[in-house]
This record gives sequence, C-alpha cells and structure tokens, in this order.
Amino acid sequence: MAKAKSISYEFFKGFWEILPPFRLVLGLCPMLAVTKYVENGLGMGIATTFVLLFSNIIISSIKSVIPKKVRIASYIVIIATFVVIVELVMQAFFYSLFEKLGIFIPLIVVNCIILGRAEAFASKNPIHLSAADGLGIGLGYTMSLFFISAIREILGAGTFFGMHIMWGSYEPFAFMIEAPGAFICLGLLLAMMNLIPNKLSGAN
Amino acid sequence: MKEYIRMVVVLTVIATVCGFLLAAVRKGTETRIEEQVLLYVQGPAVNKVLSSSTNDLIQDRQEISVQGQDYLIFVGERNTQPWAVAFERTAGGYGGDIGVLVGFDIERDIVTGIGILTHSETPGLGARVSESIFTDNFNNKTLNANFNVKQDGGFVDAVSGATISSRAVCSAVRKSLELYPEIKKEIVKQ
Repeated sequence: MAKAKSISYEFFKGFWEILPPFRLVLGLCPMLAVTKYVENGLGMGIATTFVLLFSNIIISSIKSVIPKKVRIASYIVIIATFVVIVELVMQAFFYSLFEKLGIFIPLIVVNCIILGRAEAFASKNPIHLSAADGLGIGLGYTMSLFFISAIREILGAGTFFGMHIMWGSYEPFAFMIEAPGAFICLGLLLAMMNLIPNKLSGAN
Repeated sequence: MKEYIRMVVVLTVIATVCGFLLAAVRKGTETRIEEQVLLYVQGPAVNKVLSSSTNDLIQDRQEISVQGQDYLIFVGERNTQPWAVAFERTAGGYGGDIGVLVGFDIERDIVTGIGILTHSETPGLGARVSESIFTDNFNNKTLNANFNVKQDGGFVDAVSGATISSRAVCSAVRKSLELYPEIKKEIVKQ
C-alpha cells in the first residue's frame, strides 16, 4: 500500500473516478429497473447508500474476526440484515415508495456494488476509510440514478417528480420509460462519460 | 479442526446478532406498518368492494372469532344498518400467498366484488390479477356461481399467461365463501 489514503479521497472517488454504474459497472439491474421516475430512482439510491454505508462500517470493524473461508457468507448476512431494516423502515414511513420499488428493495442484497465494496474495500481498510468509501460510492450511485431517471421521466412521461414540466402539446416519448429506453439511455451516457475525459486529455 | 470450529462460531454469532437486531426493528415498526397497510392497501380495496356504505369502513373494522380463529372483518353500513361485510382469505399463488379481500352483501347474499390485498406474483403476468379487468369478473355474483377459471369449468376469465395466479384468486374466494355463513351469523347477532 504505497499510496497514502485520505478520507476525502475515498469519499470523492465515488463521484467521478469510479462513479457507479458508469465507471464501476456494477449495480446495473436496479438502475435499469427502477429509474422510470425520479422519485423511484432517488429512493433506490438512498436505500442503497444506507445499506452500503452501514455494511461497510460493520464489515470493516469485524474484518479481523471473520475467517477467510466464510467471509462471503458473513458479508451477505450483514448486508441482508441492513436491507431488511431499510425495507421495514420504508414500509413504516414511506409506504407509497415501498409499493413502487416493491421487489427491488429485497434485491438490494444482491446488488454487486455492496458486496463488491465489502470484498474489495471494507475487508482491507480501516473503519473511517470504509465509511467514507461507502458513503461516497452510495451518493455517487444515487446521483447517477437521479440523473438517468430525470432524463427518462422528462422524455418518457413529460414530468419531473410527477409534475408536468413539458409544454402542453408535448407527446411523451413512452419508449424511454420502457426497458429498452433504459438500456439506450445508459449506453449513451456511458459513451458520453468516456468521450468527455478523452477529449479533455486530447486523446482520440 | 480449530479452524472449523471458529468458522461455525463466528457465523453463528453474526447470524444471532443480526436476528436479534431484526426482531427489534420489526417490533418497533410493527404497529406503524399495520396502520400504513390499512391506509394504503386495505383501505382502497375495502372502499371499492363495499362502495355504497355510509360509515367509515376502516375505523369500524372489528375482529371476530369464528371456530376459535380470529378474523379481521370490515362491516359496511347503510343508515346505521349493516348491509355488507368484507374479509380477507389467502391462497398460494405462483410467487407466494395471494391475499384476497372479498365483499359480501348480507341482505341479498351475493359477492359484491373482490380486491387483491397482497401478492408477490410476477410483474406484468401474475401481478395483473390485481387489475380491475380481472377482479371485475367477480362483481355481483351469486354465492352458488362456479368460482373457477374457465379452463376448470367456472365463469372466471383467467389473466392470460397467469393461470396459476388466477386459480389462486378463485381458490381464495371459495375459501371466503366457506367462511361467509359463519361470519354472517356473527354480524346478524350483533
């Protein structure tokens, strides 16, 4: 470990350097499935951030007692616990969001970002860095989900957070809120994410 | 050997701690979730199947016990006279239990309609049993109607591609038909 690690580096890398799901191409399933509307995308992002932050903290703090051979099982148990907590809390306080996200809340357990960060980062780094990493990646993911769902909702339904924002005669491009629209939107954004830094650095 | 014992112990401890944590969270959110479910899930369904009632159906809900089992029932009143009752029965569908609320008119002895309360069916397929195009099949049916999907000789148009889910709804409705005479007796007594 030659490189000195700082909290701010671990936090901010999640916003650009390894921004999920564009740089860290993980967590695509929920991102394709729930980004029809901004509300859903944002809710999913926040739920994922919560799970990521706490699972990173817990895994980092007990990493020395977990035997190597059962580490994945231990991580999954811990992650699943936080997912169920999110599910219960959301059901109790944000029921309409809970109904919209439905099956995708329990599926946060198998979101590769979370297990990926546990395995690649939290199991090797101290608690404060793991917390910064979890929070940064989670918020970066939330930002991406927000961005994609905003594009899809505005084009596909002509609304933003459920409010009509397009002009009256705007014909919603319903294709964008269907699954193929999600793939195309993601593909174009990925291409843009690769194009911009290349142009900036003068590469072709 | 020592290593194996360690693995078992660590996993057991983690699972136990997580279990206790979850039990605590569940306990803490239980009543609030129940209220939310009443408001968002049962509320609309009850108001739909007993739509011409004049009382507050959710507030007037009651628990009654029939043959040693407790049931949550919603009694619809018109001019302070009970005219209808609705309650939930479940049946196993494709992805888990489907909870079906069935409304009965106790004056005319007919099924007023049904509403799907809980299910975990496949979105776009089995989940479509909760759409009104399917649930309207059951509106205003006499109790001796054949509550089965058409393939089984009944009158219910199954959702295409979701026969198992449609059958489960029919089976839940038949279960509530079995219970209905007992529940009616209880209401008339009151």
